[in-house]
This record gives sequence, structure tokens and C-alpha cells, in this order.
Amino acid sequence: MSVLDILLTVGLIALKSVLLLVALLVFIAYALLADRKIWAAVQLRRGPNVVGPFGLFQSFADLLKFVLKEPVIPAGANKTLFLLAPVIFATLALSSWAVIPLSDGWAIADINVGITYIFAISSLGVYGVIIGGWASNSKYAFLGALRSAAQMVSYEVSLGFVIITVLMCAGSLNLSQIVRAQDTAIGILGWYWLWLFPMFVVFFVSALAETNRPPFDLPEAESELVAGHMVEYSSTPYLLFMLGEYVAIMGMCALGTVLFLGGWLSPIPFAPFTWVPGLIWFVLKASFLFFMIAMVKAMVPRYRYDQLMRLGWKVFLPLSLVMVFVVALVLKLTGLAPVS
Amino acid sequence: MTAAAAFFYLFSAITVASGFMVIASRNPVTSVLFLILAFVNAAGLFMLMGAEFLAMILIVVYVGAVAVLFLFVVMMLDVDFAELRQGFQDYLPVGGLIGAVFLVELLLVVGSWAIDPGLVHGPLANAPGGETVTNTQALGLVLYTNYFFLFQVAGLILLVAMIGAIVLTLRERPGVKRQDISVQNARTQAMAVEVRQVPSRQGVEV
Repeated sequence: MSVLDILLTVGLIALKSVLLLVALLVFIAYALLADRKIWAAVQLRRGPNVVGPFGLFQSFADLLKFVLKEPVIPAGANKTLFLLAPVIFATLALSSWAVIPLSDGWAIADINVGITYIFAISSLGVYGVIIGGWASNSKYAFLGALRSAAQMVSYEVSLGFVIITVLMCAGSLNLSQIVRAQDTAIGILGWYWLWLFPMFVVFFVSALAETNRPPFDLPEAESELVAGHMVEYSSTPYLLFMLGEYVAIMGMCALGTVLFLGGWLSPIPFAPFTWVPGLIWFVLKASFLFFMIAMVKAMVPRYRYDQLMRLGWKVFLPLSLVMVFVVALVLKLTGLAPVS
Repeated sequence: MTAAAAFFYLFSAITVASGFMVIASRNPVTSVLFLILAFVNAAGLFMLMGAEFLAMILIVVYVGAVAVLFLFVVMMLDVDFAELRQGFQDYLPVGGLIGAVFLVELLLVVGSWAIDPGLVHGPLANAPGGETVTNTQALGLVLYTNYFFLFQVAGLILLVAMIGAIVLTLRERPGVKRQDISVQNARTQAMAVEVRQVPSRQGVEV
């Protein structure tokens, strides 16, 4: 391979990444707005409606506000780690998007261990939180970080078992292959959300806990910990934490779409529905999952910390373990297990 | 120099440097963070060798779980390193001797290291490339067939260790109120509320 070829390949990957990054960030700007609008609608409020028509430019105004403000670094803070933590958090959240197939063959890196990569990256996200909380040199930030880390580590376990169940049915760690395994003649009924419905529920709730979303937003419980690990952050570092959080939420929505909702596949497997580009189906499905997450935020009261831990370790862990066993048994007995 | 070689030198240089920083840095939290950096770069080295599954599992298990708990403990401990370093002069001869023995052993092992020529040019030479089977499949095919017994024993050892840790730290404290969710959920209106007719100007016994 000549130097020109290498440069061309690297340039192409960089171009794709920038394209995905820009599209993702714009999408997230509106997802954030939608989140606030849905929350407002449930509470019979209007939500943000001042900046632009229907408040459509609210997220961009927020962005400008955060960027233009002065970053305050506490005197006792470890300056390097304090500024590094939000960067780590946002970068890790963004990097999991590299392997997500938005349509057939539309993944920046279509690697064999795609799902393990996402699992590994999401398990690293806890470092941004814990480093940020420690480097702030504040009791509240540190307590928030400890809570958050314990919560994320706990729910990763059941998330791992959910992924294993899907893998047993799909027979591959490659995300595109997992979607193709759901491509059957019965369309929406052949996707894993129906066949593995208990695991879909476990995945959804674990995704909420993993991304510190309500009702599991204990790390940021305003009433007791002010803002958890983010209490000392202001301006752009705070923006990076918030951005990382929403990117991680959208990442979980995309992962749920790939694992349970058939990725880019059309729900009705014949024309004219199959003429619709896969990207549109993917975005619709991910948006649906995001809508569900936003509704949960609006409707469900916050869990107490011991209840959260009980749910993770005493309910979800045994349930997902039993499901792994049951699914393996059924696949083996019926001979449905994918043969390689 | 190919791209793979450049990445190899990058990853290994960072691994060695951060390994050194683990013992050299003054703050224990910084030490753990450098340890994590070393783990991540080691995963990068695995990736270069084509062992993608091992690389990911290294990150999930060591960086995502073990090092987090490590960081937890180190952050909450109030370690005074000045106090720990007080006896440094007294322990130097013994520590130095152990270090020297270890170094000589390492040099002996590395010096007599030879790669089996059959491995380089044999049928396994191209195994990590994964043209026929993926890495994960190859590992699974060996692990759950030839080494099934060892795999089970390893799992059993971990289970015993886990139960041991729980037994050692479990203590029954009397007088602690506990929440029983199933009892709470099984409560009915009849169990919780009692409706009484109160005669006028007489009241009832509570």
C-alpha cells in the first residue's frame, strides 16, 4: 500500500467521522430540546419557547452561553484532572458511535467485536465522573461521584447479561450481523424486542441507570447533593459533561435499536416500506426510544439509593442470569442456535 | 516503518512510561490513574497483535471494574506517604536484594527465550488474522471443548473467593430496621386502614 493510499484511507475515515459528529451533535441539540419540551408538556407547561420559533434555537443559545462564560476552577482542585475529566467523559461517549451501523454498511468501523467495544467504552465512562468528583476537592462532588460510580458499575453487570442473551440469538459480536440476524419475513415481529421481551425491559431500565437518567439520577439529586460530581463545574467543562451525558443517552438509544429494534430494517418487510432508506428507520427507532426515556423522566419519581441497588443486584441480576440460561436452553433444544 | 510498528512503539512506550509513573508519582490517586493508562495501552498492544477480543475484555474487566474499585478505595483512604517513607533507609538492603534477584531471574528468562519455529511458519502462523474464524469464535472453540474442565475450575475458585469475602465481612447487627419490599407490596387496604364508627360525644378507644 503506497503512502497516497494510506492518506486517502485516513482522510476518508476522518471525513466520515466529522460528518457523523456534526450530524450527531445537531441531532442531540434537538433531542435536548425535545427532552425539555416533553417534560414541559407532561407538566402542562410550554417549555422553552423564546429563542427562535417554538424555541427551536434554545440549545444553540445555551451552547453560546456556556462557551462564553468564565470557567471557575476551585482553589483546592487538582487543575489537570479537573479539566481532563469532562474531556474524557465527552470523548468516550462520542467514541462509542464509531461502531454503530446507521444503515447497511454505514458504520465508520465495522469491527468484529463491535458490541464488546461499546461495552468496554461505556464501562470507561465512569472515570470521567469519578475523576471529576475527586479533582473538585469538594465533599458534595466526591459523594456524588462515589454514588454515580457504584451505580454505573452495578448496572453494567445486568447490561452485560442482556447483551450476552442477544449475542446467543444472533451468533455474532458484529453489530451489523446482529441487525441482519433480525431480518426475517415477519418484519417487526421477528425483532428481538418481542422474543426477548423481559431482556428488553431490563436493558431499558439498565440504560437509564447507566446514563444517570431519572428516576436513577441520584448522583445529581438536586435536593441533597446539589449537582453531584458536576457541582464545581461551570462554563465549557460543564457543557462537556452535559454533552457527554446526552451523547451517552443517544448511544444507548442507538444500541437498543440495534439489539432489539432491528437497526435499519423496515418494520413491515415489503415494498413500499422497504424503499425507505435504512437511516430513516434507524433515526425513527432511536427517537422512539429517546421519547420513552424522556417520558420516564417526566413521570416516574426518583428512587432511593438502597432501592436502586436492590433493583440492580437482587432483581435484575438474577433475572438476567436466569434468562441467559433459559434462552441458551431453548436455542439448544429447538436447534435454533445460529451455526457458524 | 509501517503504521503497525509506529503504533507498537507508541503503545509500548506509553505503557512503560506510565508503569514507571505508577511507582514514581507522589499521589496514590495519580498512581492508580497511570495504572489505568498502562492497562489501556496494553489493550492497544493486544489489538495490534490481532487479539481484539482479549483487548476488549482487558478493558471491560480490568479498567472498567477492577481499577474502578481500586480507585474507590484509594480515594477514600487517607494515606500519608511521608509516614510510609520513614523506614525507607532500614528496608533498603533487603528490598534491594529482592529486587536484584528478581531482575537477574527476569534477565535469565528473557535471555533464554526462543519462539518455536513451528509456530512462526506452521499452520498457526496466520491464526490471529481471522480470515476464516473470528477471534472470539476461535477462543470459544478451544475454551469450551479442550479446556472445559479448567474453565469450570477457574469459575469455581472465583465463586469460593466471592463467598469467602462475603462471609468474612457479613455481620448481623441487631436493631437495624430493614425494608421488606415484598411485604410492603403485599399490603392491602384491610391491613393498613381500620375504619370505625365513632359514636357522637363518646369517642373510641385507640
